[in-house]
Amino acid sequence: MINKKVNSVQEALQGIQDGMTLMLGGFGLCGIPENAISELVKKEVSNLTCISNNAGVDDFGLGLLLQKKQIKKMISSYVGENAEFERQMLSGELDVELIPQGTLAERCRAAQAGIPAFFTPAGFGTEVAEGKEYREFNGKMHLLEHAFKADFSIVKAWKGDTAGNLIFKGTARNFNPCMAGSAKITIAEVEELVEAGTLDPSHIHIPGIFVQRIFQGEKFEKRIEQRTVRQK
Amino acid sequence: MALNKEEIAKRIAQEVQNNYFVNLGIGIPTLVANYIPKGIDVEFQSENGVLGMGPFPFEGEEDADVINAGKQTITALPGASFFDSGMSFGMIRGQHVDLTILGAMEVAENGDIANWKIPGKMVKGMGGAMDLVASADNIIVAMMHVNKAGESKILKKCSLPLTGVGCVKKVVTELAVLEITPKGFKLVERAPGVSVAHIVASTEADLLIEGDIPEMVID
Repeated sequence: MINKKVNSVQEALQGIQDGMTLMLGGFGLCGIPENAISELVKKEVSNLTCISNNAGVDDFGLGLLLQKKQIKKMISSYVGENAEFERQMLSGELDVELIPQGTLAERCRAAQAGIPAFFTPAGFGTEVAEGKEYREFNGKMHLLEHAFKADFSIVKAWKGDTAGNLIFKGTARNFNPCMAGSAKITIAEVEELVEAGTLDPSHIHIPGIFVQRIFQGEKFEKRIEQRTVRQK
Repeated sequence: MALNKEEIAKRIAQEVQNNYFVNLGIGIPTLVANYIPKGIDVEFQSENGVLGMGPFPFEGEEDADVINAGKQTITALPGASFFDSGMSFGMIRGQHVDLTILGAMEVAENGDIANWKIPGKMVKGMGGAMDLVASADNIIVAMMHVNKAGESKILKKCSLPLTGVGCVKKVVTELAVLEITPKGFKLVERAPGVSVAHIVASTEADLLIEGDIPEMVID
Protein backbone atom coordinates (compact mmCIF):
# COMPACT_ATOMS: atom_id res chain seq x y z
CA MET A 1 0.00 0.00 0.00
CA ILE A 2 1.31 3.43 -0.92
CA ASN A 3 0.68 5.75 2.00
CA LYS A 4 -0.82 9.10 0.96
CA LYS A 5 -1.50 10.42 4.45
CA VAL A 6 -0.07 13.76 5.51
CA ASN A 7 -0.44 15.02 9.06
CA SER A 8 -1.57 18.57 8.53
CA VAL A 9 -3.24 20.88 6.07
CA GLN A 10 0.05 22.83 5.90
CA GLU A 11 1.88 19.74 4.72
CA ALA A 12 -0.93 18.91 2.30
CA LEU A 13 -0.73 22.30 0.59
CA GLN A 14 3.05 22.36 0.23
CA GLY A 15 4.17 23.56 -3.17
CA ILE A 16 1.16 25.75 -3.93
CA GLN A 17 2.63 29.03 -5.17
CA ASP A 18 1.61 32.41 -6.53
CA GLY A 19 0.20 32.29 -10.04
CA MET A 20 -0.81 28.63 -9.99
CA THR A 21 -4.06 27.13 -11.29
CA LEU A 22 -6.15 25.28 -8.70
CA MET A 23 -9.26 23.13 -9.03
CA LEU A 24 -11.53 23.19 -6.00
CA GLY A 25 -14.46 20.84 -5.49
CA GLY A 26 -17.88 21.80 -4.18
CA PHE A 27 -21.28 23.08 -5.28
CA GLY A 28 -22.18 26.29 -3.49
CA LEU A 29 -20.84 25.71 0.01
CA CYS A 30 -21.67 22.00 -0.15
CA GLY A 31 -18.65 19.69 -0.30
CA ILE A 32 -16.00 22.41 -0.39
CA PRO A 33 -12.51 21.77 1.06
CA GLU A 34 -13.01 24.36 3.79
CA ASN A 35 -9.87 23.58 5.81
CA ALA A 36 -7.67 23.88 2.73
CA ILE A 37 -9.32 27.16 1.73
CA SER A 38 -8.65 28.63 5.21
CA GLU A 39 -5.02 27.57 4.90
CA LEU A 40 -4.70 29.14 1.42
CA VAL A 41 -5.83 32.41 3.02
CA LYS A 42 -3.15 32.03 5.74
CA LYS A 43 -0.48 31.12 3.19
CA GLU A 44 -1.24 34.40 1.37
CA VAL A 45 -0.64 32.83 -2.04
CA SER A 46 -1.89 35.20 -4.70
CA ASN A 47 -2.59 35.59 -8.42
CA LEU A 48 -4.39 32.26 -8.35
CA THR A 49 -6.57 30.94 -11.13
CA CYS A 50 -9.37 28.95 -9.49
CA ILE A 51 -11.55 26.43 -11.29
CA SER A 52 -14.63 25.88 -9.16
CA ASN A 53 -18.35 25.75 -9.95
CA ASN A 54 -19.11 28.70 -7.66
CA ALA A 55 -17.17 31.37 -5.83
CA GLY A 56 -18.48 30.88 -2.31
CA VAL A 57 -20.32 33.61 -0.41
CA ASP A 58 -18.81 36.86 0.84
CA ASP A 59 -17.44 35.41 4.09
CA PHE A 60 -17.09 31.69 3.44
CA GLY A 61 -15.63 29.31 0.88
CA LEU A 62 -13.73 30.91 -1.99
CA GLY A 63 -15.23 34.26 -0.94
CA LEU A 64 -12.48 34.32 1.72
CA LEU A 65 -9.79 34.25 -0.99
CA LEU A 66 -11.66 36.88 -3.02
CA GLN A 67 -11.83 39.19 -0.01
CA LYS A 68 -8.04 39.07 0.26
CA LYS A 69 -7.73 39.57 -3.52
CA GLN A 70 -5.75 36.33 -3.85
CA ILE A 71 -7.65 35.26 -6.96
CA LYS A 72 -6.68 36.67 -10.35
CA LYS A 73 -9.09 34.59 -12.40
CA MET A 74 -12.16 32.45 -11.69
CA ILE A 75 -13.47 29.75 -14.00
CA SER A 76 -17.02 28.95 -12.84
CA SER A 77 -20.56 28.32 -14.03
CA TYR A 78 -22.55 30.35 -11.51
CA VAL A 79 -21.41 33.13 -9.21
CA GLY A 80 -24.69 34.72 -8.17
CA GLU A 81 -24.29 34.33 -4.44
CA ASN A 82 -21.28 36.54 -3.94
CA ALA A 83 -21.64 40.33 -3.97
CA GLU A 84 -17.88 40.96 -3.63
CA PHE A 85 -17.31 38.69 -6.62
CA GLU A 86 -19.81 40.60 -8.73
CA ARG A 87 -18.20 43.90 -7.67
CA GLN A 88 -14.66 42.75 -8.57
CA MET A 89 -15.87 41.30 -11.86
CA LEU A 90 -17.86 44.35 -13.00
CA SER A 91 -14.97 46.68 -12.01
CA GLY A 92 -12.52 44.55 -13.98
CA GLU A 93 -10.30 43.64 -10.98
CA LEU A 94 -11.14 39.98 -11.42
CA ASP A 95 -10.90 38.03 -14.65
CA VAL A 96 -13.86 35.67 -14.98
CA GLU A 97 -14.60 32.87 -17.41
CA LEU A 98 -18.16 31.64 -17.10
CA ILE A 99 -18.79 28.26 -18.70
CA PRO A 100 -21.73 25.84 -18.75
CA GLN A 101 -21.83 23.62 -15.69
CA GLY A 102 -21.81 20.35 -17.62
CA THR A 103 -18.88 21.58 -19.71
CA LEU A 104 -17.04 22.51 -16.51
CA ALA A 105 -17.57 19.01 -15.11
CA GLU A 106 -16.56 17.34 -18.37
CA ARG A 107 -13.42 19.47 -18.77
CA CYS A 108 -12.38 18.21 -15.32
CA ARG A 109 -13.27 14.65 -16.14
CA ALA A 110 -11.46 14.81 -19.50
CA ALA A 111 -8.30 15.94 -17.70
CA GLN A 112 -8.68 13.03 -15.27
CA ALA A 113 -9.25 10.53 -18.06
CA GLY A 114 -6.57 11.64 -20.52
CA ILE A 115 -9.00 12.95 -23.12
CA PRO A 116 -7.58 16.22 -24.50
CA ALA A 117 -10.84 17.58 -25.91
CA PHE A 118 -14.45 16.65 -26.59
CA PHE A 119 -17.57 17.91 -28.37
CA THR A 120 -20.65 19.10 -26.49
CA PRO A 121 -23.85 20.80 -27.67
CA ALA A 122 -23.88 23.17 -24.66
CA GLY A 123 -23.35 26.80 -25.58
CA PHE A 124 -23.61 26.50 -29.34
CA GLY A 125 -24.93 29.77 -30.79
CA THR A 126 -24.13 31.71 -27.60
CA GLU A 127 -21.17 33.87 -26.56
CA VAL A 128 -19.62 30.75 -24.99
CA ALA A 129 -19.03 29.53 -28.56
CA GLU A 130 -16.99 32.55 -29.65
CA GLY A 131 -13.66 31.51 -31.15
CA LYS A 132 -14.32 27.80 -30.68
CA GLU A 133 -14.27 25.05 -33.25
CA TYR A 134 -17.66 23.51 -33.95
CA ARG A 135 -18.92 20.51 -35.83
CA GLU A 136 -22.19 18.80 -36.69
CA PHE A 137 -22.96 15.34 -35.34
CA ASN A 138 -26.31 13.62 -35.97
CA GLY A 139 -27.80 16.83 -37.32
CA LYS A 140 -26.89 18.90 -34.28
CA MET A 141 -24.09 21.43 -33.72
CA HIS A 142 -21.44 20.84 -31.07
CA LEU A 143 -18.53 22.87 -29.66
CA LEU A 144 -15.01 21.59 -29.16
CA GLU A 145 -14.04 22.00 -25.52
CA HIS A 146 -10.64 21.21 -24.01
CA ALA A 147 -9.55 19.39 -20.86
CA PHE A 148 -8.40 21.67 -18.06
CA LYS A 149 -4.74 21.91 -17.13
CA ALA A 150 -4.23 22.62 -13.44
CA ASP A 151 -1.36 22.48 -10.96
CA PHE A 152 -3.31 21.29 -7.94
CA SER A 153 -6.75 19.83 -7.42
CA ILE A 154 -8.23 20.13 -3.93
CA VAL A 155 -11.20 17.88 -3.26
CA LYS A 156 -13.31 17.18 -0.20
CA ALA A 157 -14.66 13.75 0.72
CA TRP A 158 -16.60 12.30 3.64
CA LYS A 159 -14.32 9.36 4.37
CA GLY A 160 -10.94 8.44 3.06
CA ASP A 161 -8.21 5.97 3.84
CA THR A 162 -4.43 6.18 3.95
CA ALA A 163 -4.27 4.71 0.43
CA GLY A 164 -6.15 7.80 -0.82
CA ASN A 165 -9.45 6.01 -1.52
CA LEU A 166 -12.45 8.33 -1.17
CA ILE A 167 -16.14 8.03 -0.30
CA PHE A 168 -18.51 10.97 -0.65
CA LYS A 169 -21.79 11.72 1.07
CA GLY A 170 -25.02 13.04 -0.43
CA THR A 171 -24.78 15.94 -2.86
CA ALA A 172 -21.42 16.92 -1.31
CA ARG A 173 -20.07 14.62 -4.01
CA ASN A 174 -20.74 17.05 -6.91
CA PHE A 175 -17.52 18.12 -8.69
CA ASN A 176 -15.14 16.39 -6.28
CA PRO A 177 -14.90 13.02 -8.06
CA CYS A 178 -14.46 14.78 -11.43
CA MET A 179 -11.55 16.82 -10.09
CA ALA A 180 -9.67 13.99 -8.37
CA GLY A 181 -6.68 13.17 -10.54
CA SER A 182 -7.43 16.06 -12.90
CA ALA A 183 -4.39 18.16 -11.91
CA LYS A 184 -0.69 17.41 -11.48
CA ILE A 185 -1.24 16.85 -7.76
CA THR A 186 -4.54 16.04 -6.04
CA ILE A 187 -5.06 16.82 -2.38
CA ALA A 188 -8.01 15.23 -0.59
CA GLU A 189 -9.47 16.75 2.57
CA VAL A 190 -11.67 14.27 4.45
CA GLU A 191 -13.90 14.36 7.51
CA GLU A 192 -12.69 10.96 8.64
CA LEU A 193 -9.38 9.38 7.70
CA VAL A 194 -9.04 5.65 8.39
CA GLU A 195 -6.37 3.01 7.86
CA ALA A 196 -6.26 1.33 4.46
CA GLY A 197 -8.26 -1.88 4.62
CA THR A 198 -11.01 -0.40 6.78
CA LEU A 199 -13.25 0.68 3.91
CA ASP A 200 -15.01 -1.92 1.78
CA PRO A 201 -13.31 -1.77 -1.67
CA SER A 202 -16.74 -2.09 -3.29
CA HIS A 203 -17.87 1.15 -1.65
CA ILE A 204 -15.01 3.35 -2.87
CA HIS A 205 -16.15 6.18 -5.17
CA ILE A 206 -12.66 7.38 -6.14
CA PRO A 207 -9.68 4.99 -6.14
CA GLY A 208 -6.53 6.18 -4.39
CA ILE A 209 -4.53 6.31 -7.61
CA PHE A 210 -6.15 9.70 -8.30
CA VAL A 211 -5.05 11.16 -4.95
CA GLN A 212 -1.47 12.10 -3.99
CA ARG A 213 -2.05 13.56 -0.50
CA ILE A 214 -4.85 13.00 2.00
CA PHE A 215 -5.49 14.65 5.36
CA GLN A 216 -8.24 14.82 7.92
CA GLY A 217 -9.67 18.33 8.29
CA GLU A 218 -9.45 19.78 11.78
CA LYS A 219 -13.02 21.04 11.85
CA PHE A 220 -15.92 21.34 9.43
CA GLU A 221 -18.42 24.15 9.71
CA LYS A 222 -20.44 22.86 6.71
CA ARG A 223 -22.38 26.07 6.44
CA ILE A 224 -25.84 25.84 4.85
CA GLU A 225 -26.46 28.45 2.18
CA GLN A 226 -30.28 28.24 1.94
CA ARG A 227 -31.82 26.61 4.97
CA THR A 228 -35.27 25.50 3.77
CA VAL A 229 -37.55 23.40 5.97
CA ARG A 230 -41.20 22.37 6.27
CA GLN A 231 -43.29 22.23 9.41
CA LYS A 232 -44.13 18.91 11.02
CA MET B 1 -57.31 37.61 -14.46
CA ALA B 2 -53.63 37.06 -15.06
CA LEU B 3 -52.26 34.02 -13.24
CA ASN B 4 -50.05 34.24 -10.19
CA LYS B 5 -46.83 32.24 -9.97
CA GLU B 6 -48.49 29.29 -8.22
CA GLU B 7 -51.12 29.11 -10.97
CA ILE B 8 -48.45 29.17 -13.68
CA ALA B 9 -46.79 26.25 -11.86
CA LYS B 10 -50.15 24.42 -11.65
CA ARG B 11 -50.70 24.80 -15.39
CA ILE B 12 -47.22 23.52 -16.18
CA ALA B 13 -47.71 20.56 -13.83
CA GLN B 14 -50.42 19.36 -16.25
CA GLU B 15 -47.66 18.84 -18.84
CA VAL B 16 -45.84 16.31 -16.68
CA GLN B 17 -46.56 12.74 -17.74
CA ASN B 18 -46.35 9.47 -15.89
CA ASN B 19 -42.81 8.06 -15.39
CA TYR B 20 -41.09 11.29 -16.41
CA PHE B 21 -37.70 12.31 -15.11
CA VAL B 22 -37.92 16.08 -14.70
CA ASN B 23 -35.35 18.81 -14.09
CA LEU B 24 -36.76 21.96 -12.49
CA GLY B 25 -35.00 25.30 -12.65
CA ILE B 26 -34.97 27.94 -9.93
CA GLY B 27 -38.03 30.16 -9.35
CA ILE B 28 -41.51 29.30 -10.68
CA PRO B 29 -40.29 25.90 -12.01
CA THR B 30 -39.44 24.78 -8.46
CA LEU B 31 -43.11 25.29 -7.52
CA VAL B 32 -44.23 22.77 -10.16
CA ALA B 33 -43.21 19.93 -7.82
CA ASN B 34 -46.05 20.96 -5.48
CA TYR B 35 -48.77 20.44 -8.10
CA ILE B 36 -48.04 17.13 -9.83
CA PRO B 37 -51.46 15.49 -10.40
CA LYS B 38 -52.34 12.43 -8.30
CA GLY B 39 -51.52 9.14 -9.98
CA ILE B 40 -48.57 10.60 -11.89
CA ASP B 41 -45.21 9.13 -10.86
CA VAL B 42 -42.25 11.40 -11.50
CA GLU B 43 -38.68 11.70 -10.28
CA PHE B 44 -37.01 15.05 -9.97
CA GLN B 45 -33.39 15.45 -10.99
CA SER B 46 -31.30 18.24 -9.58
CA GLU B 47 -28.15 18.81 -11.58
CA ASN B 48 -25.87 19.13 -8.56
CA GLY B 49 -26.23 15.36 -8.23
CA VAL B 50 -29.50 13.89 -7.00
CA LEU B 51 -32.27 11.92 -8.65
CA GLY B 52 -35.41 11.31 -6.60
CA MET B 53 -35.37 14.67 -4.84
CA GLY B 54 -38.01 15.02 -2.13
CA PRO B 55 -39.55 17.93 -0.22
CA PHE B 56 -37.71 20.23 2.20
CA PRO B 57 -36.66 18.47 5.43
CA PHE B 58 -38.53 18.91 8.68
CA GLU B 59 -37.06 21.58 10.92
CA GLY B 60 -34.02 20.19 12.73
CA GLU B 61 -33.44 17.49 10.10
CA GLU B 62 -31.54 19.65 7.60
CA ASP B 63 -28.36 18.07 6.25
CA ALA B 64 -25.70 20.43 4.85
CA ASP B 65 -24.65 17.59 2.54
CA VAL B 66 -28.07 17.21 0.91
CA ILE B 67 -29.08 20.22 -1.18
CA ASN B 68 -30.61 21.00 -4.57
CA ALA B 69 -29.18 23.12 -7.38
CA GLY B 70 -30.68 26.21 -5.74
CA LYS B 71 -28.51 25.41 -2.66
CA GLN B 72 -31.65 24.72 -0.60
CA THR B 73 -31.70 21.90 1.91
CA ILE B 74 -33.83 19.02 0.59
CA THR B 75 -34.56 15.37 1.25
CA ALA B 76 -34.07 12.26 -0.85
CA LEU B 77 -37.10 10.01 -1.45
CA PRO B 78 -37.02 6.19 -1.33
CA GLY B 79 -35.27 5.05 -4.51
CA ALA B 80 -33.18 8.22 -4.77
CA SER B 81 -29.53 8.27 -5.79
CA PHE B 82 -26.60 10.67 -5.53
CA PHE B 83 -23.91 11.06 -8.18
CA ASP B 84 -21.17 13.39 -9.35
CA SER B 85 -21.55 16.40 -11.65
CA GLY B 86 -20.03 14.59 -14.62
CA MET B 87 -22.61 11.83 -14.43
CA SER B 88 -25.38 14.33 -13.74
CA PHE B 89 -24.72 16.17 -16.98
CA GLY B 90 -24.32 12.84 -18.71
CA MET B 91 -27.95 12.22 -17.79
CA ILE B 92 -28.87 15.62 -19.19
CA ARG B 93 -26.83 15.63 -22.41
CA GLY B 94 -27.63 11.96 -22.95
CA GLN B 95 -31.35 12.89 -22.96
CA HIS B 96 -32.24 10.56 -20.10
CA VAL B 97 -34.14 13.45 -18.51
CA ASP B 98 -37.58 13.70 -20.14
CA LEU B 99 -38.60 17.25 -19.35
CA THR B 100 -36.80 20.46 -18.45
CA ILE B 101 -38.75 23.37 -16.96
CA LEU B 102 -36.90 26.62 -16.57
CA GLY B 103 -37.34 30.36 -16.26
CA ALA B 104 -36.32 32.96 -18.83
CA MET B 105 -35.77 36.67 -19.27
CA GLU B 106 -36.64 36.49 -22.98
CA VAL B 107 -37.89 33.90 -25.47
CA ALA B 108 -37.94 34.43 -29.23
CA GLU B 109 -40.31 33.09 -31.87
CA ASN B 110 -37.63 30.72 -33.24
CA GLY B 111 -37.22 29.08 -29.81
CA ASP B 112 -34.14 31.04 -28.69
CA ILE B 113 -33.91 31.66 -24.95
CA ALA B 114 -31.98 34.22 -22.88
CA ASN B 115 -31.81 33.81 -19.12
CA TRP B 116 -28.27 34.21 -17.80
CA LYS B 117 -26.86 37.67 -18.31
CA ILE B 118 -27.72 41.35 -18.57
CA PRO B 119 -24.52 42.93 -19.89
CA GLY B 120 -23.00 45.45 -17.50
CA LYS B 121 -25.72 44.87 -14.89
CA MET B 122 -26.22 41.31 -13.85
CA VAL B 123 -23.75 38.53 -14.44
CA LYS B 124 -24.55 35.50 -12.36
CA GLY B 125 -23.61 32.83 -14.85
CA MET B 126 -25.45 30.19 -16.80
CA GLY B 127 -25.05 27.36 -14.29
CA GLY B 128 -26.45 24.25 -15.94
CA ALA B 129 -28.96 26.08 -18.14
CA MET B 130 -26.90 25.97 -21.35
CA ASP B 131 -26.33 22.23 -21.04
CA LEU B 132 -30.02 21.67 -20.30
CA VAL B 133 -31.42 23.71 -23.17
CA ALA B 134 -28.88 22.40 -25.69
CA SER B 135 -29.68 18.80 -24.82
CA ALA B 136 -33.31 18.41 -23.83
CA ASP B 137 -35.95 17.60 -26.43
CA ASN B 138 -38.76 18.80 -24.24
CA ILE B 139 -38.29 22.27 -22.75
CA ILE B 140 -41.04 24.33 -21.16
CA VAL B 141 -40.36 27.89 -20.11
CA ALA B 142 -42.15 29.38 -17.11
CA MET B 143 -41.99 33.15 -17.18
CA MET B 144 -43.84 36.42 -16.84
CA HIS B 145 -45.15 37.73 -20.16
CA VAL B 146 -43.93 41.28 -19.56
CA ASN B 147 -41.06 42.70 -17.48
CA LYS B 148 -41.39 45.17 -14.62
CA ALA B 149 -41.31 48.05 -17.10
CA GLY B 150 -44.30 46.53 -18.90
CA GLU B 151 -42.27 45.42 -21.93
CA SER B 152 -42.93 42.11 -23.63
CA LYS B 153 -40.48 39.28 -22.98
CA ILE B 154 -42.01 37.26 -25.84
CA LEU B 155 -40.05 38.61 -28.77
CA LYS B 156 -39.33 38.33 -32.47
CA LYS B 157 -35.64 38.21 -31.54
CA CYS B 158 -33.90 38.07 -28.15
CA SER B 159 -31.98 41.22 -27.21
CA LEU B 160 -30.01 39.67 -24.32
CA PRO B 161 -27.10 37.19 -24.66
CA LEU B 162 -28.53 33.79 -25.56
CA THR B 163 -28.56 30.69 -23.39
CA GLY B 164 -29.55 28.43 -26.27
CA VAL B 165 -30.78 28.58 -29.85
CA GLY B 166 -34.01 27.17 -31.28
CA CYS B 167 -34.70 24.98 -28.27
CA VAL B 168 -37.86 26.12 -26.47
CA LYS B 169 -41.05 24.23 -27.37
CA LYS B 170 -43.63 25.76 -25.06
CA VAL B 171 -44.01 28.85 -22.89
CA VAL B 172 -46.45 29.31 -20.01
CA THR B 173 -46.92 32.86 -18.72
CA GLU B 174 -49.41 34.66 -16.48
CA LEU B 175 -51.42 35.43 -19.62
CA ALA B 176 -51.10 32.53 -22.03
CA VAL B 177 -49.81 29.15 -23.12
CA LEU B 178 -47.75 29.51 -26.30
CA GLU B 179 -46.31 26.82 -28.51
CA ILE B 180 -43.33 27.46 -30.72
CA THR B 181 -43.98 26.24 -34.24
CA PRO B 182 -41.89 26.56 -37.41
CA LYS B 183 -44.04 29.65 -38.13
CA GLY B 184 -43.48 31.22 -34.72
CA PHE B 185 -45.51 31.52 -31.52
CA LYS B 186 -48.93 29.90 -31.59
CA LEU B 187 -51.45 30.99 -28.97
CA VAL B 188 -53.03 27.80 -27.61
CA GLU B 189 -54.61 28.87 -24.31
CA ARG B 190 -55.36 32.09 -22.48
CA ALA B 191 -55.56 32.76 -18.76
CA PRO B 192 -59.15 32.76 -17.43
CA GLY B 193 -60.78 36.09 -18.21
CA VAL B 194 -57.83 37.40 -20.25
CA SER B 195 -58.78 38.40 -23.79
CA VAL B 196 -56.90 37.48 -26.93
CA ALA B 197 -56.61 41.21 -27.66
CA HIS B 198 -54.89 41.77 -24.31
CA ILE B 199 -52.40 38.97 -25.03
CA VAL B 200 -51.68 40.33 -28.50
CA ALA B 201 -51.14 43.81 -27.06
CA SER B 202 -48.73 42.38 -24.45
CA THR B 203 -46.66 40.46 -27.00
CA GLU B 204 -43.98 41.96 -29.22
CA ALA B 205 -43.76 38.86 -31.42
CA ASP B 206 -46.51 37.97 -33.87
CA LEU B 207 -48.95 35.32 -32.67
CA LEU B 208 -50.62 32.63 -34.74
CA ILE B 209 -54.24 32.59 -33.63
CA GLU B 210 -56.51 29.93 -35.06
CA GLY B 211 -60.19 29.80 -34.13
CA ASP B 212 -61.41 30.25 -30.57
CA ILE B 213 -58.67 30.17 -27.99
CA PRO B 214 -59.77 28.19 -24.93
CA GLU B 215 -59.17 29.31 -21.37
CA MET B 216 -56.65 27.40 -19.25
CA VAL B 217 -58.21 25.03 -16.78
CA ILE B 218 -56.66 25.51 -13.36
CA ASP B 219 -58.20 24.02 -10.24
